[in-house]
Amino acid sequence: MSTDTKLITWEVFTQKKQGAAHEHAGSVKATDPKMALLNARDVYGRRNEAINMWVVPAFAITASTPEDVGPFFDPANDKLYRNPNFYKLSNTYKPVAD
Amino acid sequence: MEATVTADMLEREKAFNDRIARGEVIEPKDWMPERYRKQLIRMMSQHAHSEIVGMLPEGNWITRAPSLSRKASLLAKVQDEAGHGLYIYSATETLGVDRLELTQQFLDGNAKYSSIFNYPTLSWADIGAIGWLVDGAAIVNQTALAKCSYGPYSRAMLRICKEENFHHKQGYQILSIMMQGTAEQKEMAQDAVNRFWWPSLMMFGPSDANSPNSEELMRWKVKLHSNDDLRQRFIDRTVPQGEAIGLTFPDDKLKYSETTRSYEWGQINWDEFKAVVSGNGPCNKQRMQARKTAEENGQWVRAAAEAYAAKHYN
Repeated sequence: MSTDTKLITWEVFTQKKQGAAHEHAGSVKATDPKMALLNARDVYGRRNEAINMWVVPAFAITASTPEDVGPFFDPANDKLYRNPNFYKLSNTYKPVAD
Repeated sequence: MEATVTADMLEREKAFNDRIARGEVIEPKDWMPERYRKQLIRMMSQHAHSEIVGMLPEGNWITRAPSLSRKASLLAKVQDEAGHGLYIYSATETLGVDRLELTQQFLDGNAKYSSIFNYPTLSWADIGAIGWLVDGAAIVNQTALAKCSYGPYSRAMLRICKEENFHHKQGYQILSIMMQGTAEQKEMAQDAVNRFWWPSLMMFGPSDANSPNSEELMRWKVKLHSNDDLRQRFIDRTVPQGEAIGLTFPDDKLKYSETTRSYEWGQINWDEFKAVVSGNGPCNKQRMQARKTAEENGQWVRAAAEAYAAKHYN
């Protein structure tokens, strides 16, 4: 068995129907993008789970780390005025659309 | 060198155990005890190897399926098993181990896989028995694992369970139709169930008292039910289905108890289980050889893919 195989990991994202966002489905191994796409189709699309797929080399993805969870997302936590609930109004206020 | 347990490590482990207790899902980059990681790698890679080896007994009947429609179903089922192997290998890799390393462990004979696949498939009815009993047992196991504490494993199980339902139904349908057939066909179906019943019950693993890993795995919510509980659940769901189509089970102690609303049953032959797990089942050598041959025969394909990638994408 060749342990020197240059198969790399590709993350697979599938779009379930038109207009929907792509979602992470899993990963496949492949040596090139075309093979990655064919493998992704066979592994994650055998039952019409997708109408479109992206494959991305796993090494190209940069992710935040779980340890970051506090400080990294802090800017969101201390700015409550970004949410409509921050604004207290009398009940004469009605949203302009439902 | 002796590992020193620092206060920091103890604190992290406590925080981890608290997360588990709260029912939180652990993701690949989260801190986890080394032992949790190791146990998951062991369990998940065994599971992935089982899916791959599981293609062999069924693949045996693809060319001899009794009709084109049966052949198409069986091909699709075997392809699903390959896919399941890939889902689980890819989930295992999130724990920081490479798939090639896992494959190598398997080819070197240093990894286990489910003992059920070391039994031969002697007649077409065996394909029915495998779908109904073996996949049935796998569904019971995997439905429980779908709620396990490790995110990637749980997500792989959800996907697999959806697909296994087709396997289970196609198996039961094969046996149902044979049980409406000639005396000879009925006999074939019954013979397949006689041979696969006990090995299917063994799929749930050793009895709780003799399962060295169970306590720890349950504490970490990798396993949510004991081997014996899942085995009982499988028996309770399966026996009435078999009786409904006129099948019997090779266990003279099998009896429904009105008090427990559950089946009482006989004894698993644990000596047979141990023999098959340790390499002495009817087909262990054949399965390993088939896997090695496939690996060798695929060598030129991998080499060609690499050469192609080097030429066009570097």
